[in-house]
Amino acid sequence: MELNKSTVQELLVEEGKAASETIQFIVIRLGEEQYGIDIRSIDNIVRMQSITRIPKMPAFLKGVINLRGEVIPVISMRLKMDLEDDVITKATRILVLKLEQEGNVGFLVDEVKEVVTLSVNEIEKITYNAQEEKSSLINAVGKHNGELISLFDLSAFSLEGN
Amino acid sequence: MDVNQYLEIFLDETKEHLQNLNTQILELESDPEGEDTVNEIFRAAHSLKGMAGTMGYKRMQNLTHDMENVFSEVRNGNIKVQPKLIDVLFQCLDALEEYTDNIQNNADEGTNDNEALIRQLNDILNDNGSAAPEKAASSDAGASGEPVGGEKWKDIALDDSQISVIKEAQNQGKKVYGLNVVVQENCILKAARAFLVFKAVEEMAEIIISVPSAQDVEDEKFDRDFTLILLSDVEIEKIIQAAESVSEIEKATGAPVMLEENQSYKKAEEEAKAEAAEAEAAAPAETTASPAEVHEETAPEKAAPAKQEVKKNNTKPVVNRTVRVDIEKLDSLMNLVSELIIAKNSLVSVSSQEQTNTNTAFNEQIEYLEQVTTNLHESVMKVRMVPIESVVNKFPRMIRDLSKKLDKKLELYMSGEETELDRTVVDEIGDPLMHLLRNSADHGIESAEIRAQRGKPSVGSIFLDAYQDGNNVVIEVRDDGNGIDTEAVKEKAIERGSITPEQAANMTDKEIVNLLFLPSFSTAKKVTDVSGRGVGLDVVRSKIESLSGEVEVKTKLGEGSTWTIRLPLTLAIIQALMVVVGDEKYAISLGSIQTLEDIVPGDVKLVQNKEVIHLRGQVIPLIRLNEVLDIESKKTADENLIVVIVKKGDKMAGLVIDELIGQQEIVIKSLGKYIKQCKFISGATILGDGEIALILDANALI
Repeated sequence: MELNKSTVQELLVEEGKAASETIQFIVIRLGEEQYGIDIRSIDNIVRMQSITRIPKMPAFLKGVINLRGEVIPVISMRLKMDLEDDVITKATRILVLKLEQEGNVGFLVDEVKEVVTLSVNEIEKITYNAQEEKSSLINAVGKHNGELISLFDLSAFSLEGN
Repeated sequence: MDVNQYLEIFLDETKEHLQNLNTQILELESDPEGEDTVNEIFRAAHSLKGMAGTMGYKRMQNLTHDMENVFSEVRNGNIKVQPKLIDVLFQCLDALEEYTDNIQNNADEGTNDNEALIRQLNDILNDNGSAAPEKAASSDAGASGEPVGGEKWKDIALDDSQISVIKEAQNQGKKVYGLNVVVQENCILKAARAFLVFKAVEEMAEIIISVPSAQDVEDEKFDRDFTLILLSDVEIEKIIQAAESVSEIEKATGAPVMLEENQSYKKAEEEAKAEAAEAEAAAPAETTASPAEVHEETAPEKAAPAKQEVKKNNTKPVVNRTVRVDIEKLDSLMNLVSELIIAKNSLVSVSSQEQTNTNTAFNEQIEYLEQVTTNLHESVMKVRMVPIESVVNKFPRMIRDLSKKLDKKLELYMSGEETELDRTVVDEIGDPLMHLLRNSADHGIESAEIRAQRGKPSVGSIFLDAYQDGNNVVIEVRDDGNGIDTEAVKEKAIERGSITPEQAANMTDKEIVNLLFLPSFSTAKKVTDVSGRGVGLDVVRSKIESLSGEVEVKTKLGEGSTWTIRLPLTLAIIQALMVVVGDEKYAISLGSIQTLEDIVPGDVKLVQNKEVIHLRGQVIPLIRLNEVLDIESKKTADENLIVVIVKKGDKMAGLVIDELIGQQEIVIKSLGKYIKQCKFISGATILGDGEIALILDANALI
């Protein structure tokens, strides 16, 4: 089953929150941490499927999958963030993002949890000082029900980030 | 008026006309007396002018106008065709091409007035001290040619209300004109042309009557001409000019309308139609307001039926059976066919998995489906094929220019221009071919003295041959020049440090010649602006390889060289051999596979620490795919090896695989931009079960 945009939209309608001055995020889990991704950049969320390996590629590039007849690359979010390699479970999903330059790219995540709506004043931009790769993927933190959600900077996923 | 919607048509047609002019002027150079050629040139130049004028490209219009004047004089025999004239004309064509490029890129013709060229053209005209050419031409045509449309407005049946409108307008001091516009016989978009004429005329006049009606004209329900009655303040000449400036309009005739001359005004309406024929016959005798430029009349036009009534029942068969289609639409069609083939493949794989209850009827249908999809694919592929003519047509002109520039006598012989290739390939192949031809002209063909010494004919020959060879198209560029001096190449390579002297000693001639394809390698002793700057052959090769093709060169010192380009017919769907390595599936294009061999492990020998096999008198290096692709082979060392023998040019290699699956039609998909192209993977394909298999590029492995 695919959780596509329209289903996501329905979920949002259920939540009944007006979209003015707010941004919606899909919350995903990697290990114990939660991360948010701007819903506008998400094309699709698909279940784990067989990934075709491509030889001579960096480890985080897991391979390619067939998304409705289109060949798209799949990247391990964990390896990209210097975490341990993925363990495929029932909850594992491939988050398909629409990147400006590269088109559709899939990202392997441990779990897709929910959709949250954050108003702009709940989002705090962070100016990171560390040179770490990990922190450069995050450019803001959102507060939701007393929990903190790190928000991904999408531009960091494009080719230059490789 | 808004002409943007016609910009594409304009660009397409302009390019066609320019190409046509190039070809015809070349012909004129070799046969200065050719009357047909001059006529053709005149026609093309006139259409160009009209089109440029309609689109509002004034500079382009001016230049073509002056060119047309010259052609007109040539046609009348007042100017003799001289080499100088041809040179100027070619420069004009280059200038026009520049305008067109500008228009294509910025929707603006640029600011180059090309005054020098226009002056040269005028000098040519004045040198011959001829009378104003246009008038001569027009009066000639007017006297000899029977007007097709003629003054049909006299035959238009006017009802009372229309007559009163006309009278009222005349009282207000407006002029009433009749205008008959004849569209060229081979015009494809009659309605669009007519629309442009309407637009142009409406800017200056009010159209009160149109026969056939404006609606019918818009629906292309007219034969070759239509007649208008206009109210206007401006001179009829201006209106005629505006109408004629629309391209593919053969001519426009117009004159003030005298109500007294109108048949229906004079007589009862029912009589009018019968009388029309007579009036028509009488028309030529009357003085017509000769348009400023009358297009020359061709025989069939004269034969055009005179009576409108007859024409309507007797529409001519459609001459042109082609349709212009946006390449994007073809691409999407091709994608759909690709999807269909993938779907078919998955049906095939489902049916083969369920062997337990094999249903023969089901299998038959699958086979039928397979046949249909293959045919469909072939048909769509054919639609996308265009003759390479469009690309190679510009080469005779280029060789002519080179001949002058290099001061060598050159002749280009072409064959197989009708050979067809996928549109995307044709678009890309021009530059590499041009490069090879320049190379032949500059480095290949010797100077006249050396040719004389060697006993060769003084004119150097360059050949461009294209032909289809199985699933490939071969294009050969051949010359009878000097050939490649392998010693010189060797020295140069050593000097540049590409190879060591020891290596050079061991290299075959063939390997040495291949050094030419290294980046920035040039043996030319002097650098000319034609070639020899050292950028080139490597670009040629990489371009051709990006089209999944290959380029080879055979040469003999003193006798000439042959460059052979081999290209696949299509890029999107190929026949491939599916193989298994470890637990992964790969596809290898059938085009590069020679044979499949079963090799006993003992037959594998070591030469220079590399594994080779001996096969029918040839030593072939082995490539173990599992090692290249970093996969564990499932085979043990004592099992027989399955070897796929692949060939690239003269080189062969044996690819060791674990298992064969079989032959399959596969759809090539790009791996996308995110994945930096892996050297020996040329793409991916989707298998019947939805899984992805990578396509191995055998050429990159060898």
